Amino acid sequence: MTDTGSGLVVVGASLAGLRAAEGARRAGYQAPITLIGAEPHLPYDRPPLSKDFLTAAGPPTATLLREEAVLRDELALTLRLGTTATALDVAAQIVVTDSGEVSYDRLIVATGAAPRTLPGTDRLSGVHALRTIDDAHAIRAAIDGGARTVVVGAGFIGSEIAASAKKRGSEVTVVEALATPLARAVGEELGLALAALHERHGTRLRVGVGVERLEANGVGAVTGVRLADGSRIDADLVVVGIGVAPATGWLAGSGIELGNGIECDENLATSAPNVWAAGDLVSWPNATTGLRMRLEHWTIAAEQGGAAGRNAADPDAATPFTTVPYFWSDQYDKRIQFVGVAEAADETTTVIGDLDSDSFLVLYRRGDRLIGALGLEQRGTVMKFRHLLAANAGWDEAMSFAKERAAAAAAKAAAAR
Amino acid sequence: MRINVDYDRCTGHGICESLAADLFEVGGDGMVHLLSAGLPEDRRAVVESAVAECPTQALSLDG
Ligand SMILES: Cc1cc2nc3c(=O)[nH]c(=O)nc-3n(C[C@H](O)[C@H](O)[C@H](O)COP(=O)(O)OP(=O)(O)OC[C@H]3O[C@@H](n4cnc5c(N)ncnc54)[C@H](O)[C@@H]3O)c2cc1C
Ligand code: SF4
Repeated sequence: MTDTGSGLVVVGASLAGLRAAEGARRAGYQAPITLIGAEPHLPYDRPPLSKDFLTAAGPPTATLLREEAVLRDELALTLRLGTTATALDVAAQIVVTDSGEVSYDRLIVATGAAPRTLPGTDRLSGVHALRTIDDAHAIRAAIDGGARTVVVGAGFIGSEIAASAKKRGSEVTVVEALATPLARAVGEELGLALAALHERHGTRLRVGVGVERLEANGVGAVTGVRLADGSRIDADLVVVGIGVAPATGWLAGSGIELGNGIECDENLATSAPNVWAAGDLVSWPNATTGLRMRLEHWTIAAEQGGAAGRNAADPDAATPFTTVPYFWSDQYDKRIQFVGVAEAADETTTVIGDLDSDSFLVLYRRGDRLIGALGLEQRGTVMKFRHLLAANAGWDEAMSFAKERAAAAAAKAAAAR
Repeated sequence: MRINVDYDRCTGHGICESLAADLFEVGGDGMVHLLSAGLPEDRRAVVESAVAECPTQALSLDG
């Protein structure tokens, strides 16, 4: 690789992009690093937006991922915030932005994902997705204005928004087109068990019925949601949580291989020379699970950022990125945690607690292997299974470990009584 | 090298434990506990990863 002095350019100034810059510096990269981000804000954390940001009593604030001084001085980053990349020329090694061209020696693409919207609703007021801090401010203000809230989509983010709106005093209904929410993430049985949190905590949940259209008044403010079965729900605030799509539009025609996001190799390198990718838009072969995956989880975006930064800093010493997937969700002051994969499980077994309670641990089996673990309020336990999953542990070993944990928990509960 | 835990921030994800179970453990209280006071220099890389990957920015490293 012949470097011209343009250095490393990272497009996408959020979790994966920042961790990429940090990873490159930690690996000893000393040339300039430029961080380009469409949002005007310093890199901030998204998970709180559907949780504490909406429920906090006082004025909500962004959780910055790093203070500005750390970005500029310690990491020596050139920040180009409020700058949107519009095209990429991989032959000339140039990123085209809405405010000029930026040359690179090495490039990391970390533009994440953007929310899907309901067709034909762009011009209605009172309809929001939640991805940015600006979205979160708008949703919070609407709730505080006394809005009756309908959340479309009972995925994790939609469910968190519902729980937070409820906590803030809004009347909330969640509408989900699928018969079983969260089935792809955690399987059908557990999807139902987690969705039951809504009803246990006073939020209405309508499953198996799609949205026909949103209804609005003469000035274009939303007034209700018409469902496919003809029924109608009054609403002043509609939050659409029907998933996200990789933000790869600006790469169209660049020659970088796109599919389900950016198709990367095991080292997170893209099909173009000197270009790597990290975060929600990456599809890569994960040796730990034996599957090509694209994940939309915080921890994976952070880990991938670090790995892409390291590999870009020292391509000759590049190492494959492997991980045991992990995500969490906080709803109604309860923590859901999942490690591993749920897809194609042959069996799920509840090893601690009951599925109809607010505390349980479930293991997922495929063949004779453990493939996943799901916990509701099992903070001390879930991550202990990440080791077993990384080691591709057998089912029997996982079950006996789980039984030890359950016995220890029971003994502790008895002692406390 | 010393690890600091900000207990106002830690919510017990256990990412740190999944990276270095000999150094970190999330207890029944849902908080991380440090299992070793002094830290061998050869564990710096893994501790730096734990600092970077803690979802609540609860960990920091001195020295
Ligand atoms: C409300 C909410 C709650 C969440 N809660 C959890 C949770 O509890 N647990 C969990 O595991 N995960 C959670 N997540 C997911 C987690 O936040 C994401 O996985 C993570 O943010 C992905 O990071 P990223 O850097 O890949 O992408 P993003 O965070 O999407 O960042 C991409 C950045 O690139 C910028 N960008 C896009 N296009 C361009 C362009 N053309 N030019 C320049 N810049 C561009 C965007 O503006 C954005 O700032 C949540 C996400 C949201 C939105
Ligand atoms: S990763 Fe962070 S939040 Fe999780 S247990 Fe460790 S210190 Fe606490």
